[in-house]
Amino acid sequence: MSDLHARQRAMRAMRKAAMQRGVIAVLDVGSSKIACLVLRFDGAERIAGDEGVGSLAGQSTFRVIGAATTRSRGVRFGEVEAMGETERAIRTALQSAQKMANQRVDHVIVGFSGARVRSYGLAGSIGLEETAVSEQDVARVLAACDMPDIGEGREVLHAQPVNFALDHRSGLTDPRGQIGNRLSVDMHMLTVDGAAVHNLLRCINRCDLEVAGLASAAYTSGISTLVEDEQELGAACIDMGGAVTGISIFMKKHMIYADSVRLGGDHITLDISKGLQVPLATAERIKTLNGGAVATGMDDRDMIELGGDSGDWEHDRRTASRAELIGIMRPRIEEILEEVRLRLDAAGFECLPSQQIVLTGGVSQIPGLDGLAARILGNSVRLGRPLRVQGLPQAATGPAFSAVVGLSLFAAHPQDEWWDFEMPAERYPARSLRRAMRWFKENW
Amino acid sequence: MRPLRAGRPTTPARRRARRDPAPSRLAYRLHRLWLTPLFRGIIRIGLPVALILGGGIAYLSDDARREDLQAWLAEQRRAFEERPEFVVKLMAIDGASAELAEDIREAVPIDFPVSQFDLDLEHIRRTIAGLDAVAEAEVSLRGQGVLQVSVRQRVPVVVWRGRREIALLDETGHRVAAVIARAMRPDLPLIAGDGADRAVPEALRLMAAAEPLKARLRGLVRMGERRWDLVLDRDQRILLPEGDPVTALERVLALDAATDLLARDITTIDMRIPARPTLRLGPGAREAFRMINLFELEEGAVGQ
Repeated sequence: MSDLHARQRAMRAMRKAAMQRGVIAVLDVGSSKIACLVLRFDGAERIAGDEGVGSLAGQSTFRVIGAATTRSRGVRFGEVEAMGETERAIRTALQSAQKMANQRVDHVIVGFSGARVRSYGLAGSIGLEETAVSEQDVARVLAACDMPDIGEGREVLHAQPVNFALDHRSGLTDPRGQIGNRLSVDMHMLTVDGAAVHNLLRCINRCDLEVAGLASAAYTSGISTLVEDEQELGAACIDMGGAVTGISIFMKKHMIYADSVRLGGDHITLDISKGLQVPLATAERIKTLNGGAVATGMDDRDMIELGGDSGDWEHDRRTASRAELIGIMRPRIEEILEEVRLRLDAAGFECLPSQQIVLTGGVSQIPGLDGLAARILGNSVRLGRPLRVQGLPQAATGPAFSAVVGLSLFAAHPQDEWWDFEMPAERYPARSLRRAMRWFKENW
Repeated sequence: MRPLRAGRPTTPARRRARRDPAPSRLAYRLHRLWLTPLFRGIIRIGLPVALILGGGIAYLSDDARREDLQAWLAEQRRAFEERPEFVVKLMAIDGASAELAEDIREAVPIDFPVSQFDLDLEHIRRTIAGLDAVAEAEVSLRGQGVLQVSVRQRVPVVVWRGRREIALLDETGHRVAAVIARAMRPDLPLIAGDGADRAVPEALRLMAAAEPLKARLRGLVRMGERRWDLVLDRDQRILLPEGDPVTALERVLALDAATDLLARDITTIDMRIPARPTLRLGPGAREAFRMINLFELEEGAVGQ
C-alpha cells in the first residue's frame, strides 16, 4: 500500500517538475491509434491578463504545441501485446509531436483504455479527537477506509475521495475546519491489472521518458466530453474506441464508477471483413466512408464498390449495397450497446437524478448511432466531442480524440487523489525525522 | 485512425500503403538530442565559432604566414591610398603675400603629388599658424587634388628696436618680421626698450595722442619695462608716468600750446609724478637761469 503511495507521489512530483519546465506530453495508447499532444504551460495569470477571460475549465493555462497520431501497433484491447512494436509506435507518435512542437519532451502523462478496470466504492469513518477537522483527520479517515480484496496482481489507478460527511451532514467537499464528532468519507477506487500497466510503463521508459501520471481513458474522456452540469447532475460517458468501450459515470463532478467492455470498432471492421470477404484495410475504409447504423430504403440502391487486386475481374468488381453493410454492422453495434447497458444497470445508473448518456470515441461517428443508442440506452443520449483547447489542430477535435484531450485537462488540473493528501502520522516510520517534526508542530 | 497532418491521400495505392515508419531508436535519440536547447546552441553557434577561431589561430600561428598577411594588408592599403582620386597635386595659398607664401611653402615641405592619407592637415595647420606673419590659418582639401591653405596675415604697425634685432610688430605686439634697418619702414613709428613689445597697444595710444608733435617725434622708449619715455628731436624727453600716460602727455601738450614749452631749451619734462611736473633745463638755459637769479640777487641787495 505504501509502495503505491510512494509511486503515485513520485509521479506527482514528476508532474510538478514538468510544470516548472513548462512542457509536458500526454499520450493516449489506444488499440487503433496512439495519439500524442505536447502541451506548453505558460501560467494562468499571463493569459488571463491578456484577454480578460477567466480559466475555461482550466484549459486556458496550457496550449497544445505539438500533436501527432500514429497507427497503433502491438496493442490489443488497450494492453501491450508486443512490447517492441508498441515502443516503436509510441516513438513514432512522440517524435512527430516533438518535431511539430520543436521542443524536447521528457515527461509524459499516459492514458490507456484496457487493463480491465474495475471500480470500487469505499467508505471509512472515524471519531474526531478534537472538535474541528484538521488535515490529519482527513488523512486518518482516508486511511480508515476498508480495503476490499482487489485481487492478485491488481493495482490502484485512481482513488478519489468523492464525498465527506460530518455527523449527519453529507455532501461536503472540504470538511477542514468544520466542527463535528464523526467524519466519514466515500471514496471511489479504480483498480487495473498490474501486469498490463507495468508493460506499458516499461515501453514508455524504453523511449527515455519519465511518466508523470497515469489515467484511465474512460475517465479522461468523461472529463473532456461531459459539460459541467452533466458532471454535476450525473451522466455516463461511453468512449467507444477501437477495441475497448470505456464507461465512466460522473456525479457531483467526481467519477463514481468506471468499467469497460472489450468490444469496439475493430470488431465491426472484422465483421465487415468477414461478411464481405474484403481485406481489413478495405473494410475499415468502407466502414468509415459508407457505414451506418440505421438502414433506409435508399440504402438498397446505394452500391459500394468493394474493389480488390486479385486479378480476377469478377472478384475485383464485386459490389455490396449499403443496406448489406449496415446489416453487418448493426448487430455488432447493438451488441456493444447491450453490453454497455448491462454495465450501466450493474452500476445502478438508473438511480442517478439525471441519466444523460454521452457517446464519444471513434465509433460514435457512425451515422445513425445516436438513434440506435437512444433505443437501447434510454432517451437522453447525445454525441459528445471533446472540449476545445487552445492550439489543438482541427483534425484532432473529433470524438476519437476525447481521451487524449481529456488527458491534457487531467494534466493541467488533476483531481485530488488519495496520495495527494497528507499521510496520517501513524503511518510514518517510527524513527522518522518528519514524525518528530510533526510531534513538535502539534505540541507547541 | 485519422491522420492529423499530411494531405489527403489521393490514389487508392497510396491510400492503402500510407507509410508511417517508426524511427529507429538511434534516430529517435538523435532527434531528442537535437531538440535539446543546449546541444542545439553548441552545434549551431558554438561549433562554427570554434571552427573559425581554431582555423584562424592555426593559420596565424606560423610567423611567415602572419608576415605575408601583414605585407598583403599593407599592400592593399597602399594600393587603395594611391588611387588617383586621393592624390593631392598642389598647394594653393590664399590671403598671403608672395614672400609669406614662400615662407609657408618652406615651412611645410611636401613632395607633390602625395596621397591625402599621408597628409596630417592639423599638423600642417599648426605649422603654418606657428609662422610669425600668420594670424590665422585654415587648411583643407579641395577637389581635383588641391591642398587649400587660407591665411590671414598679421599687419605690422610699429618698428621695435630690441636688443637683438629690429622687428616689425602688429597691434597686439606679436612679431611679424625682422627688418635690417629702421629706415626700411620709415612709415611706421619706432618703439624701443625691453618689454616694449608687450605694451604695443599703449604705445599706439600714445602715438595717437602725440599727433601734434609728429614732426618732432623720434619714438617711444620703454623704461624699466613699466613706463614710457617720449623722445623728441634735440634729445628732448618727456618722462611719462606708469599709470595713465596719455593724460600726462596731453597735459604736456597743453603746456606746450600755452607756453611753447617744448621749443625752449629744456632737455626733460618729468611727468612721472603727474601732480608735480618737473623740468630739467638744457646747459644754456641753466646758465641763463643762474645769471637771472644772480642778477635778481644783486638787484635785491642794491635795492636794500
